[in-house]
Amino acid sequence: MTNRTARRLLGGLAVAVAIVWAFPIYWMVNSSLLPNTTLQSFVPTFVPFGGSLGNFREALADGSFYAALGMSVSITLIAVFFCILFAFLAAVAISRFRFRGRKSFVIAVLIVQMLPAEGLFIAQYKMVSSAGLLDSVIGVSIIYVAAVVPFTVWMLRGFVAGIPVDLEEAAMVDGLSRFGAFMRITFPLLAPGLVASGVYAFLQAWNEFTVALVLLPSEAAQTLPLWLRGFVQASATRETDWGQVMAASTLVAVPVIVFFLIVQGRLTSGLVSGAVKG
Amino acid sequence: MTAPATAPPASAAPPPPRDAAPSLERRRAIRGPYLLLLPAIGILLVGMGYPTVWQVVTSLQEFGLQQQFGRPAPFIGFENYAALATNAQFWGVVLKSIAFCLITAVVTLVVGIALALLMNAVARAPRLILQIALLLAWSMPVVAAMTVWIWLFDRRRGAVNYLLDAVPGIDMNRFNWLESPSTFFAVASIIVIWMSVPFVSFSTFAGLTQISGEVMEAAALDGASSWQRVRGIILPMIRPVIAIVFLLQIIWDLRVFTQITMLQDAGSKSGEFDLLGTFIYKLGTKSQDFGMASAVSILVLGITIALSWFYIRGLVKDDET
Repeated sequence: MTNRTARRLLGGLAVAVAIVWAFPIYWMVNSSLLPNTTLQSFVPTFVPFGGSLGNFREALADGSFYAALGMSVSITLIAVFFCILFAFLAAVAISRFRFRGRKSFVIAVLIVQMLPAEGLFIAQYKMVSSAGLLDSVIGVSIIYVAAVVPFTVWMLRGFVAGIPVDLEEAAMVDGLSRFGAFMRITFPLLAPGLVASGVYAFLQAWNEFTVALVLLPSEAAQTLPLWLRGFVQASATRETDWGQVMAASTLVAVPVIVFFLIVQGRLTSGLVSGAVKG
Repeated sequence: MTAPATAPPASAAPPPPRDAAPSLERRRAIRGPYLLLLPAIGILLVGMGYPTVWQVVTSLQEFGLQQQFGRPAPFIGFENYAALATNAQFWGVVLKSIAFCLITAVVTLVVGIALALLMNAVARAPRLILQIALLLAWSMPVVAAMTVWIWLFDRRRGAVNYLLDAVPGIDMNRFNWLESPSTFFAVASIIVIWMSVPFVSFSTFAGLTQISGEVMEAAALDGASSWQRVRGIILPMIRPVIAIVFLLQIIWDLRVFTQITMLQDAGSKSGEFDLLGTFIYKLGTKSQDFGMASAVSILVLGITIALSWFYIRGLVKDDET
């Protein structure tokens, strides 16, 4: 076997793996476009010829999608804004200053970032319910900011450290105050980092399921992931309308996929930085 | 000696301000970083710190149904933990969680590294196709991914049963995957692997691109087979990446609450299908036993921190350089 045919065979294998990996997503979109009568058949339809948007209309019909969308948008906006603000300040502190307790803060941030929601949600439920904030945007947002701030601090720390202090100092020599130098020189250079961490925080808050499930028990206060889960839960009592469920999944997934594709390069480098370099 | 004489009036007055000025500035410089950290520390204390402390305290209390209605919770020492130690169901859940986590993480790692090697070996076009497919899977929100996979594994009309049934000699018609714990967890594992492989592949691939072509060429000239090159050069060189990725996978595969909860929605909610996350959730919501739920939570937090320690140590070292 020559080297070239081996390479071709491997190329074919790579495409085959790609097809297998993308299949579930294709299947989601495919099923969302097929009428329920087609989906009822025991032979799956692999291409949505003659498909329609009827499933999307049905999934949106009772208005619960818009309520959940509103809830998700408000929680995500609040969480992203405060997360970025707090994380930005903390990132400046740990990458521009040397002070006592800096290392402890860095370690604490890294530990908190690792803690699973499953290990804390009972206490968070108790805390939020005794504050009277169950089913409220604020209760969930507080937990989201606390959960996402650590990794965002870590991500932004890299960005801030990547901007040479010399630039700021040069601006200070030219007569700007330290704050002025920071705002006019470093801050603009930091914009890509802020956008990347903002999208990261968006993805975390938008997709979160566990904390939302515990802190938003009422059906009137669902976020999009809880709304989507409702379709699967309903399948326990009646025949599932899979076309509608897949339409709902498509509605939830598409904005996330778009945002994710924008930010992914930054994400990987943040998680394994150091290891790749060394 | 002569200096004071040349400027006697100035020598007396300036020292105090000159002394005060730097110390004031230094004090401000010292206070600066703490002020910047204040909001982050504040929200962490409220959202994470207080719940952790509350959980530690509650795990030492009897906190059941009566306490939910306002009865004061008596301290009972380590009784909750002692009760857990002798609870067979709890040990079953712990063993299942560890087995699920290890098997899933190992398979994810093997498949992920294999795909990274594949990306490295093929021409540009097939590599790009593979990368796009993996990115799509990676970007799927977990709840949406779960609904799709539940539909794929649907007993009667799912594509998986249809495709398997089409293979001669295999009868999978109406096979219910979610009925027995072994196939239930196999499905959960497949879904988690599908979602986590892209991260492993991209991280490993990033590591592979750092290996210089010259080394590989030299090895090939010396007659090393491609498998020898993988084992002798590539794997040792990407070991640091693999170590971190494996650790993260283990930690992430311990927190599969969403996946298990949604599979239970589609299948059965019975205790046989629980892992640690759903076990805690049921202790809290069904039995309302917050004392016991807190004790299990503390164990989960402890395991996570112990496992994360190596990862964190590496990152802190990286931070100091």
